[in-house]
Amino acid sequence: MDDLLQEFIAETRETLDALSGEIVAWEADPADRARLDAIFRFVHTVKGSCGFLDLPRLARLSHAAEDVLAAVRSGERSPDQKLVTAVLAIVDRIGEIVEAIDAGAALDDSGEELLIAALNAGAEAVAPAAQQAPTGQRVANRSVRLSTDLLDRMMSGMSDMVLARNELARRMRDQNVDPTIEAALDRLSLTVAEMRDTVTRTRMQKVDALFSALPRMVRDTAAEVGKSVQLQIEGSDVELDREMIEMMRDPLVHIIRNSIDHGIESAAERRALGKREVGRLVVSARQSGNQIILEVADDGRGIDTDRLVQKLTASGQSRGRDLSILSERAKLDLIFEPGLSTKDEVTAISGRGVGMDVVRANIEQIGGRIDLVNAKDRGLRILIHVPLTLSIIPAIVIGIAGQRFAVTRQAIEEIVHVSGHTIRVDLLGDTPAATVRDRRMPLVDLAALLGLRATDPMSADMLAIISASGGSFAVAVDSVLDHEELVIKPASPAVMATGIYAGQTLPDSGSPMLLLDCAGVAAAAGINFSRDTTVEQDEEAIEPEAISADALLFDDLDGRRRAVPLAIVDRVETIDASNVRFSGGRMRLLVDDRIVPLAALGEIEGHAQLAVLRIKDGDAEIAYAIAEPVDIVAIPADISPSAQPGPILGVVVIGDEQVELIDPQWLLGPDALDIVRPGAPLCLIDSQSDSWIATFLKPVLEQAGYRVSTKASADEQPVVILTTDATPAAARDGRVLRLSNDRRDTGGDDRVYRYDRAGLLAAVAKRVNVA
Amino acid sequence: MSEQLFLIAHIAGRGVAIDSAQVESVVDIGAVVPTPRAAPHIRGLAALRSRVVTVIDTHAALGLPKLAIAGSRAVITVVDGHHYAVLVDSLEDVAPFVAAPLPSGIGLDAGWRQAGCGAVERDGEPILAIDLTALVHGPSNDANAIN
Repeated sequence: MDDLLQEFIAETRETLDALSGEIVAWEADPADRARLDAIFRFVHTVKGSCGFLDLPRLARLSHAAEDVLAAVRSGERSPDQKLVTAVLAIVDRIGEIVEAIDAGAALDDSGEELLIAALNAGAEAVAPAAQQAPTGQRVANRSVRLSTDLLDRMMSGMSDMVLARNELARRMRDQNVDPTIEAALDRLSLTVAEMRDTVTRTRMQKVDALFSALPRMVRDTAAEVGKSVQLQIEGSDVELDREMIEMMRDPLVHIIRNSIDHGIESAAERRALGKREVGRLVVSARQSGNQIILEVADDGRGIDTDRLVQKLTASGQSRGRDLSILSERAKLDLIFEPGLSTKDEVTAISGRGVGMDVVRANIEQIGGRIDLVNAKDRGLRILIHVPLTLSIIPAIVIGIAGQRFAVTRQAIEEIVHVSGHTIRVDLLGDTPAATVRDRRMPLVDLAALLGLRATDPMSADMLAIISASGGSFAVAVDSVLDHEELVIKPASPAVMATGIYAGQTLPDSGSPMLLLDCAGVAAAAGINFSRDTTVEQDEEAIEPEAISADALLFDDLDGRRRAVPLAIVDRVETIDASNVRFSGGRMRLLVDDRIVPLAALGEIEGHAQLAVLRIKDGDAEIAYAIAEPVDIVAIPADISPSAQPGPILGVVVIGDEQVELIDPQWLLGPDALDIVRPGAPLCLIDSQSDSWIATFLKPVLEQAGYRVSTKASADEQPVVILTTDATPAAARDGRVLRLSNDRRDTGGDDRVYRYDRAGLLAAVAKRVNVA
Repeated sequence: MSEQLFLIAHIAGRGVAIDSAQVESVVDIGAVVPTPRAAPHIRGLAALRSRVVTVIDTHAALGLPKLAIAGSRAVITVVDGHHYAVLVDSLEDVAPFVAAPLPSGIGLDAGWRQAGCGAVERDGEPILAIDLTALVHGPSNDANAIN
């Protein structure tokens, strides 16, 4: 708030200075519209800022002046000398109050009522002498605006100065100099160091400058949409380039507003979902390698990607692409589609797309990147990575084979000496591994990796434990030299191309130094962390562990014990057997007012109640009736395949018992379900006059393997158009098949009798083949 | 034909002409910090006042054997916003010359083909004009495909 106030004071003072000429000119010629507008803008701005900063006195004064000036502008009042004097008195008074606020001095508010009253049409003129201000009160201007360009130049000049001082010190060490000169140099060094800190700070700002306005904004936004949200801010003291902070402001506000508006559910919804009523929003900043990561995480509903795809397809923004075949990640990225909007989506499940394309563009403009981590129904994390360029980072300087490298302080967990049993280095095969107390991790021989010298990793003495995404690894270092704050700049492309450096820097020593990119080093060393366990992926060393999957073990209706992959089980439910019917050629279950196909490997009859597994993967859904669920087990890697294809994929041994594993392909395969595959040819039933026809033709066509739509959409052209209407335009289109009500239309090419099922399907198939 | 200013230098025992527009300054560079794993023609980094420059081993960039001893004379050039110090054996002076294309029929060999961009004539002696940007980018693998 103090920052805002200072800014307001500086701005008001600046405008007042600029305005003083205008005021005099206006006094001379009250009819001058341009001057009037300038003064009006001034009081208007002051009024706006005062409301925000809670300065009631200034607000009252500026409001009164604004009213009068508005009346003048609209011609209701004429700007006579008296009015001009009254307005100018107010403008002066605003200036005095602003000075008083800056000086922290109290200013008597007597006479302000008079000033306001003087604005009224019939009021007496205020003698200008009435507002003689205590003149000594004006405080010298304490802030100036500078272009960052100037700051950059200052910064580089500063670095030059440090280097010149260093060189001077070096030269003086080489020859015996007068101690008084040395003392002078020491004083110079001290001053230079202080200066450097100051100059450095001019460009850097704590990210707090970005975060401090958030609590209020979150509160207001949450109140606007009637939700309660708890905000947690972390890492406010991470420093970021001043310019970068300004650039981040709008995107951050946008993302947070979206999170509250679309992500976090209403209190009632949250209660129903078993979540805490108060939504949680965590905004954090942290440094990771050569990047600053700003993260906005909420525990709301996340993004429903399927819904997003539907929405884009429905609104014709898919531009002819089949969005449903995209990977989950690509679907998620659809929220960055330009112009995606939710305003027509009253029951919006997902709707974070509001202007996200703009947000991403802004971030990419400053060389950043935006990542989404989506957990449907559990929340969304938005990670904004911005480059470290010009950021000052605390770094540890390590020595390897005589050369110095910088490593970001944050990447280093600890630095340990190899000693005894708790911290040791062993060879697993030919691969060195470090054991640090109870943790075992890969050891990277950095000297060898960098080609500086061949070392025996067993002789490593000092280890730096470095955390990379996914896990930690150890690096053998010769020495730890320094802890320094460094200005990192990107190195030239040929150097960056190695992938192991995050940038270059010029420390006080005057000798350039490279900043290691820890993730890059891990990648170059072939370290690959998968899951939580660290598995070394050395070419021949250790095979990755066989991926084991969990399965649900259950007793089936025919008394056998079977298992099904847990990943496809949505939930287990108990249902009334009366909801199961053999209808339309197969077993179907009525649940949640929908019909879901039901599979079973046993007799359903005789049970009053049934346990069913609701199995779901993407769009495919089926229920599977069982007797009783038993346990969740890991499926052994060894599966003895079944003798013939069918419902059973194979047999596994679980707890000394043969267990049949249900084949997910049998459950969810195309034959098992009565939903149509996404890629099937599309038939459009376009009948204005007989809309009922669609209702009964749809299942016929779907069963034959077509997708059916009753509404034309711009982004996908149907292969066949079925219509009952005889429009001449339609007749010329080769895709159109007319459904006539004339029984004699049996063999025709473009007309078919609507109840002739075989003929209809044949005609559709013909058109599909042509297409 | 108008004359341009060229810096005459010696690289690998040959005289070369460098368009002065590409030359920011001519310096003696100090100690070079190696950049492990970078391309062979990147000799390392050096400090030039408050700036870090990437030092180009000209011999390696031309596909010749690496410089055995550390040269210190360098021409500073800026490519894509980054400063590079291109090592040279020695420098003569700057003079205006008329830039001309390579005489027809002369096919340069190895790395020179990439760097060469024409010729200037000094007192009857032809001197190869080279493009520093090509040196900075280093020897490309498809050097044969260029001509």
